Amino acid sequence: MVPLAKDTLTKADVQEKLEDIFSRYKGERQELIPVLQETQAKFRYLPAVAMREISKFLQIPESSVYGVSTFYAQFKLTPLGKKVIRVCRGTACHVRGSAKVLAEIEKQLGIKAGETTEDMEYTLETVACIGACALAPTMTIDSETYGKMTTKKVAEVLGDSSKAG
Amino acid sequence: MTAAKPGKKDRRTVFVCQGTGCVSGKSIEITEALAKAVKEQGLDGVDIDFTGCHGFCEQGPVAIIEPEGIFYTHVTVADVPEIVTSHLRDGKPVERLFYKDPVSGQAIPLYKDIKFYSMQQRIILRNCGHINPERIGDYTARGGYEALKKVLKEMAPQQVIDTLKASGLRGRGGAGFSTGQKWQFCYDVKAEQKYMICNADEGDPGAFMDRSTMEGDPHTVIEGMTIAAYAIGASEGYIYIRAEYPLAVKRVRLAIEQAEKTGYLGKNILGSDFSLTIHVKEGAGAFVCGEETALMASIEGKRGMPRSRPPFPATSGLWGKPTTINNVKSLATVPVIIARGADWYAGIGTEKSKGTCVFALTGKIANSGLIEVPMGIKLRDIIYEIGGGIPGGKKFKAVQTGGPSGGCLPEDYLDKSVDYESLTEAGSMMGSGGMVVMDEDTCMVDIARYFLSFTQSESCGKCVPCRVGTKQMLDILERICRGEGVKEDIDTLETLGNQIKAGSLCALGQTAPNPVLTTLRYFKDEYEAHIEEKRCPALSCASLISFYILPDKCQGCGICARECPADAIAGGKRLIHVIDQDKCVKCGTCLEVCPARFGAVTKVSGETIEVPKEPVPVTAEKPKAGTAT
Repeated sequence: MVPLAKDTLTKADVQEKLEDIFSRYKGERQELIPVLQETQAKFRYLPAVAMREISKFLQIPESSVYGVSTFYAQFKLTPLGKKVIRVCRGTACHVRGSAKVLAEIEKQLGIKAGETTEDMEYTLETVACIGACALAPTMTIDSETYGKMTTKKVAEVLGDSSKAG
Repeated sequence: MTAAKPGKKDRRTVFVCQGTGCVSGKSIEITEALAKAVKEQGLDGVDIDFTGCHGFCEQGPVAIIEPEGIFYTHVTVADVPEIVTSHLRDGKPVERLFYKDPVSGQAIPLYKDIKFYSMQQRIILRNCGHINPERIGDYTARGGYEALKKVLKEMAPQQVIDTLKASGLRGRGGAGFSTGQKWQFCYDVKAEQKYMICNADEGDPGAFMDRSTMEGDPHTVIEGMTIAAYAIGASEGYIYIRAEYPLAVKRVRLAIEQAEKTGYLGKNILGSDFSLTIHVKEGAGAFVCGEETALMASIEGKRGMPRSRPPFPATSGLWGKPTTINNVKSLATVPVIIARGADWYAGIGTEKSKGTCVFALTGKIANSGLIEVPMGIKLRDIIYEIGGGIPGGKKFKAVQTGGPSGGCLPEDYLDKSVDYESLTEAGSMMGSGGMVVMDEDTCMVDIARYFLSFTQSESCGKCVPCRVGTKQMLDILERICRGEGVKEDIDTLETLGNQIKAGSLCALGQTAPNPVLTTLRYFKDEYEAHIEEKRCPALSCASLISFYILPDKCQGCGICARECPADAIAGGKRLIHVIDQDKCVKCGTCLEVCPARFGAVTKVSGETIEVPKEPVPVTAEKPKAGTAT
């Protein structure tokens, strides 16, 4: 079981944003994934209270919403850090040393892949392939892609993003 | 060849690549800087434009200046003033940005002379890198949508299907089923509502050809899909794209909008009775959704789990209606087949595998990138001619095709023909087109473990052989990599692998053991070395390697001790440094930082090197390293 976030958001906190999303949909089951995607885009994760509202809107059981949310890697049930780092673990990246790059980032941030730093600054994830294999090993921070990574470049890249943020 | 405006022969256009690879190298900033510099210099005859992926991502960011065809590599914003002043204003190309042949070292100015391109035959990727993917006019200027016009005006659906059958096109998603036959099945079913789906859920780690096609030439996918929908009789279509590909999503959406405005999509296309609406669905990150029944479940808003077939999608697909699903590359080929004829297409390739195939050539290879070659080409030509061989003087070990469903082929197979049958016979598969080259530093047991960890975590969990079997195989492989393998493991892996292949519900499970089975078939000695000698021949598995500082070479400079992340190196000024093997995390930093003129750090597996227990002074009479086991 993937635990739901123990967040303090109430129905009132999510109501307005959800109504805006729902206004673009008809309330049919097939809309579940796009609705979840839009919800996550707004809140940066899926708050439990929002999932309940979605189940009412689409008239499907809460268990189905939970089932779909936990099936797809894209959906997060806990809040993300301000910046999301994704280290590519594709084949090309693997043979060019992405495991070492990941280990170095884990060391510098003091978290493991899948975790968020305590100050909520960074979430570290791995991704199966970002499709920039010729630049292997690669990683992304939010929408920025960094290619031909080395353990030495990690500090530079993390510094780079903290300046930009 | 270019999209330069007709009638203005003196005009030149700088096409900057804005595929994902080059964008990560700041090609958008480069495009902006070029436009600004050209304006500042008041150069009238120069246009600045951008294209999708050129395929030669290794050399990125790249730019082509047309019509001369000068090709610049590794361009940075700092190079912009020189390109503008020297080349565009004074007519003197910037030689230092030319491509350098990895073998001869020779600088090659023209795009068409570079072996990486000259040995390719581009049909699917015909427009990629030559047109602005965000302008429909660029596509139509190169013959785009002519095939659709021909189909709607002159051909009945059955004629379209017959043409596809005669062309010999087989599904480029991996399985290689006849595209014409697939359409026929759906055409033969009578129904009010049918669906046409484009499978753009390119999930194979190490493959990016569908992404580049959609980013570089989205209209060809839409045109191919519209022709397919016409042939099978579908009025609604879905393009299912991975959410990890935001640029592809953006360009496909834009292309749909443009096609609707121009009358190539929507109601009564080009004045005919045929109508088609195309929706874009973004995948949510599940590899199994590349499987057609799982993909349809996902479009329906459910967990993307496959179901057993029959019924096949052609009779009962999306929402129970007849549905055809084709891969991006198959659909991108369709307009060319219609325009140039089935005979022309059938003339390319081998007897059973027609046409061209696109590969994402990556890994330990000099020229990484996207290539399109005729079926039947030899692996050796791809790797050594187009790919420029293995960098750093390393030795070739294996080439992996077919992603997590495929296998690793050794050197003996380099002269084999690349086609569906030969690759399957060798225990691998064509797959969607990932081709990862591995050299002597790649451990084949680790690669098998890597692929299994991928398929195991992506297994949807519906059927037992895949869910439980891949987990068992992964546990064994992890143990072997840690040096805890036992003799029976090899037999157990083989038995489990064959059972999973036979018993799994969908292609994910049916092919998941392939990387293990092929490495067992071709590289059994590496498994045996891990299990029996606790040795990793590639010096790659962390648990089985050790680093030593050679006392006869260490000069006591202290760099390794300073850089060691684990504080595992003892030493001091002019003292021979010693690695504490218990503290060492095997990261290899000491080996990287030890100055080349000393070369004092060595990596070994399965042997111990006698070194002093404590740091001792560096003396003129250096103690020799002794080997013991």
